[in-house]
Amino acid sequence: MTSPVTVYVPCDSSARSVGADEVADRISAAAASGRAIRLVRNGSRGLLWLEPLVEVLTADGRIGYGPVQPEDVDGLLASGMLDGGDHPLRLGPVEDLPWLADQTRLTFARVGVVDPRAADDYQSHGGLRGLQRAVEMAPADVVAEVTRSGLRGRGGAGFPTGIKWKTVLEAEGDLKFICCNADEGDSGTFADRMLMEGDPFSLVEGMTIAAHAVGATEGYIYIRSEYPDAVATMQVAIDSAYARGWLGAGILGSALSFDLFVRVGAGAYICGEETSMLESLEGKRGVIRAKPPIPALEGLFGRPTVVNNVLSLAAVPSILADGANAYSDQGVGRSRGTQVFQLAGNIARGGIVEVGFGITLGELVEGFGGGTRSGRPVRAVQVGGPLGAYLATSQFAVPMDYEAFSAIGAMVGHGGIVVFDDTVDMARQARFAMEFCAEESCGKCTPCRIGAVRGVEVIDKIVAGVDRADNLVLLDDLCELMTEGSLCAMGGLTPVPVRSALQHFPDDFTTGGA
Amino acid sequence: MSERVREIVAAHRGERGALMPILHAIQAEYGHIDPTSIPVIAEELNLSRADVHGVVTFYKDFKQQSPGRTTVRICRAEACQSVGSDALAQGVQARLGVGFGETTTDGAVSLEAVYCLGNCALGPSVEVGGRLYGRMDADRLDALLSADRSRP
Repeated sequence: MTSPVTVYVPCDSSARSVGADEVADRISAAAASGRAIRLVRNGSRGLLWLEPLVEVLTADGRIGYGPVQPEDVDGLLASGMLDGGDHPLRLGPVEDLPWLADQTRLTFARVGVVDPRAADDYQSHGGLRGLQRAVEMAPADVVAEVTRSGLRGRGGAGFPTGIKWKTVLEAEGDLKFICCNADEGDSGTFADRMLMEGDPFSLVEGMTIAAHAVGATEGYIYIRSEYPDAVATMQVAIDSAYARGWLGAGILGSALSFDLFVRVGAGAYICGEETSMLESLEGKRGVIRAKPPIPALEGLFGRPTVVNNVLSLAAVPSILADGANAYSDQGVGRSRGTQVFQLAGNIARGGIVEVGFGITLGELVEGFGGGTRSGRPVRAVQVGGPLGAYLATSQFAVPMDYEAFSAIGAMVGHGGIVVFDDTVDMARQARFAMEFCAEESCGKCTPCRIGAVRGVEVIDKIVAGVDRADNLVLLDDLCELMTEGSLCAMGGLTPVPVRSALQHFPDDFTTGGA
Repeated sequence: MSERVREIVAAHRGERGALMPILHAIQAEYGHIDPTSIPVIAEELNLSRADVHGVVTFYKDFKQQSPGRTTVRICRAEACQSVGSDALAQGVQARLGVGFGETTTDGAVSLEAVYCLGNCALGPSVEVGGRLYGRMDADRLDALLSADRSRP
């Protein structure tokens, strides 16, 4: 009797959104009357345009087929898919696909490879080595290692993670918290979701290392409600981690105790702002707090708190496992390590590209991304979410690093890149930026709450040709006020997409006027 | 109902910042958070009614009225805009005869706008009855809505 063939069909919600569950069902049903298979629901490899991407484990490695529709399954099986047989959808060994082979997957090393719910899989693919090493080190040494790696906050602000941890470590307090910001609300970003759905144990491990490093005993992962699969997968991983002594009291036989909880947001974009998230975790309206005090000193319930993004925390296990140098060897200048870029919007080959900082915008959009999905020319690219700049193709040579982007008035942010073709109306996109701010403002400060509403009105007048010159001055003045006068990035950065759209695509603002 | 609300509160009372988990639990059970439960929650948690009301009304997920039998959420954020979500949104509004935030008169469908479902490489993204669909177009959405409506 032959042993069952291992078949992988992703359970990632993007893959599911284009039929992965149906494909898995068809394969299972066919197997019931044919050869025995072991079906693994892995995360997604991040080649999202090929989803559902089915993989079959053969003597030649994992052979991919995609994109597979349910009606393709019978034909694939008839073509000998279970032996890696030929078929028009056959992609060959997945790890040899140039799109994947050209990446440097550190944070996403296991995503799409392992069964996300299987702790054994996590460990057999290099998981837990970071924590094992960390618990044998003094907390200050763990912090120093993270500092030396050059890791900066992947949520968007790019603040050095080690410095933040040092502040919390040195803060006085009998109770400290680790809070993971998984309120990934920026359009064009989905890496946090894919990591939580595809390799949740790495986040558990990263947060536990953080707890040891700063002396925290409790952690919260704040996940947006739009991500129900991520919530479910994280909870499974946490339960499993408790059962194995990776969480709770006396972790891995050390003196470390750490309890970890999932909390779910409720449809407020602003809760991705760290102080607003803390308010929400406290059971309040997600109204932002003025800083200082910084959360590192007075965070959740007024206690010293590490607030880090999913990708920052998930990068930590590999830094501890393989050393700071292995991480900081990647990247350029002061942007060390890898960034998990997300190619989104009107793009032919969308998905996850994890590479060292320094790759150019053009290499990402035209190279990995293959241009637009519509086949029309790329016209504009928004980098870093709804508060990020709209860039023109003339800026494709700019390297992706925090400083280079800052120099052109843009930001890398959370690494999301949204591509638009030449049918886009940039005045409309600028208007939307203001509209979105008006919709999602927490209402605490006037520049954001009122400014965004006025911004929509002024842009409408400009486009309609009403007192154009005067209203352009007014818009500029309003943008200045919002930038300088808002309490947080919501109001403070909304002018970025507006101004960049106006700067690079001024003609779009004159269509309706004289 | 207030007895059940008290039980839900009791189940979560030990959690830090318990109000959000409590509201999620009530909404999951009843489909909405009835205004009459607000004073009950407030009393149980020793908060003011204004505090609880303030939280309920701050977050879009918390409803004070039950939505239609099926909720359709259309992503209206940038990545989906770039692949035609605006046209999709206009089409579905015309077909259902309701705007965003409204429910059809027969109570079958509530239409909502959502800003990002995290499926930005495979847009336009739509959620129908809690299930996520990518690369949506007008015909497929029509078919989904028809299938949904034919159910009792």
